[in-house]
Amino acid sequence: MSYLVDIDHATKRFLTSAGTAHTAVQDITLQVTAGEFVAVVGPTGCGKSTTLSLVSGLEPPSEGSVSVNGQPVRGIPAGVGYMFQADAMLPWRTVLANVASGPLWQGKPKEQADALARDWVARVGLAGFEDYYMHQLSGGMRKRVALAQTLVNEPSILLMDEPFSALDVQTRALMQNELLDLWSGTSAAVIFVTHDLEEAITLADRVVVMTASPARIKDTFEVHLERPRNVEEIRMTPEFIAIYREVWSSLSDEVAIARKTGASRVA
Amino acid sequence: MLRDSRRTGRSAVAVRRRHKTLVYALRLLLLVLILGGWELSVSLWLDPFFYSKPSLIWDKLVIWFTDGTAQGSIWAQIGVTLQEAALGFILGSLVGVVLGILLGRARLLAEVVSPYIQALNAVPRIVLAALFVIWFGLGMESKIATAFVLVFFPVFFNAFQGAREVDRNLVNNARILGAGRAQVLWSIVVPSSTSWILASLHTAFGFALIGAIVGEYTGATRGLGLLISTAQGSFDAAGIYAGMLITTVLALLAEVVLGLAERRLLRWRPPAQASFVAAI
Repeated sequence: MSYLVDIDHATKRFLTSAGTAHTAVQDITLQVTAGEFVAVVGPTGCGKSTTLSLVSGLEPPSEGSVSVNGQPVRGIPAGVGYMFQADAMLPWRTVLANVASGPLWQGKPKEQADALARDWVARVGLAGFEDYYMHQLSGGMRKRVALAQTLVNEPSILLMDEPFSALDVQTRALMQNELLDLWSGTSAAVIFVTHDLEEAITLADRVVVMTASPARIKDTFEVHLERPRNVEEIRMTPEFIAIYREVWSSLSDEVAIARKTGASRVA
Repeated sequence: MLRDSRRTGRSAVAVRRRHKTLVYALRLLLLVLILGGWELSVSLWLDPFFYSKPSLIWDKLVIWFTDGTAQGSIWAQIGVTLQEAALGFILGSLVGVVLGILLGRARLLAEVVSPYIQALNAVPRIVLAALFVIWFGLGMESKIATAFVLVFFPVFFNAFQGAREVDRNLVNNARILGAGRAQVLWSIVVPSSTSWILASLHTAFGFALIGAIVGEYTGATRGLGLLISTAQGSFDAAGIYAGMLITTVLALLAEVVLGLAERRLLRWRPPAQASFVAAI
């Protein structure tokens, strides 16, 4: 059996500024196949993002192994796209230039990169904004740029780290719909990290629940909701509510633990 | 902004213009008061031989610009000083930017050499002008060298800081999108250090002028510094003031040119932020 992403008993520890070791994720085992949409939920600050760093090659695991496309991850694997929680576009480049960056860096000629970028800018609904700078765009529009910038490289694995958490509710739903739309035309695997359970169920085929820090995988739930989905309507269906209740019973304990440790840290 | 001006209309523009006129008028008044007070106090109580006064300085400037100076045409002196300052400025900023960015990205190297750089920075560099006259002679080279050492350090430190404070997120994103080391350096590190570097260039040109003039003052055959030094030698206070005045005008003109270049380079910034940097 070949997995697109294969995380095998991976643990990641960081050295804190106090000189002690902090375990961000512990003994994670997770496999993702092509075309699969996996959402990872867990309490805020539990180490979900670290899982993505392991897959992207930005951070090597302290123990265990991570492979992408059957190859152990060393450096940044080919075919990985990563949408960060914070904006990471270059503020001194226009929308078009930002989207064209990836193809250019990968050695495509300028005209070809620009043509690809123009196409993707239009696909995320930003046609007409090609020459704008980042500070001239709204939060939602910036997320669209980030999406186009990532998708223009046609990644086979798409890592998303709470990409829509900073958006207002309506814009978020809009972006979720667009993401599903853009993704449905591809065979990309998605690992989507979020603390929002509703978002996780709405988008994913599989929801992975993580424990409070250090993050371990607690449960995995299959989401058998029909596609294509409309993110605003699907939330009202009884099937959605049933699975929500099931996953929440697993997640709520962890949220409670996270709150308690968070409170004791503040006190 | 567009909507604002449309809504508030013409009256707001008029108010703003009136306010601007008031500010300019008050500035002019302040200048007249200071110069007038100086002129009056020297005419009535103080010795003009030591303190000089605006009218004498003006006379000196008129003589310099019409009959020329003891060293020849005033324009030739300005030209020499500007050339020295500009060359020192360009060389100093280039080397400062390149070394600053490289050291800012090379952790180990930065740790190794940082105490030495701190020590070099603590050396009173103006004194080096005397050494440079011995090394490079009375010609332009010694002044360029003085301007260079004065320009290098502020530019270097800013470029270093700028290269260190590059947003990790931007670098990670670029790496994921396929950028190699050189591409990260050129597309991310250099542009994000630009605002830091430009901020230092504003002060740096002033330093370059100081370097050139101190160099000339220490030993030269031409230039504004020599003019000032000659004036001092003949107890000509008005000559010293006149030399200072010309230098100040040069520095202000350079500031305007740099401001224009900065605005061109930082077009991508939200307007408020750009003017903040310019203000530093």
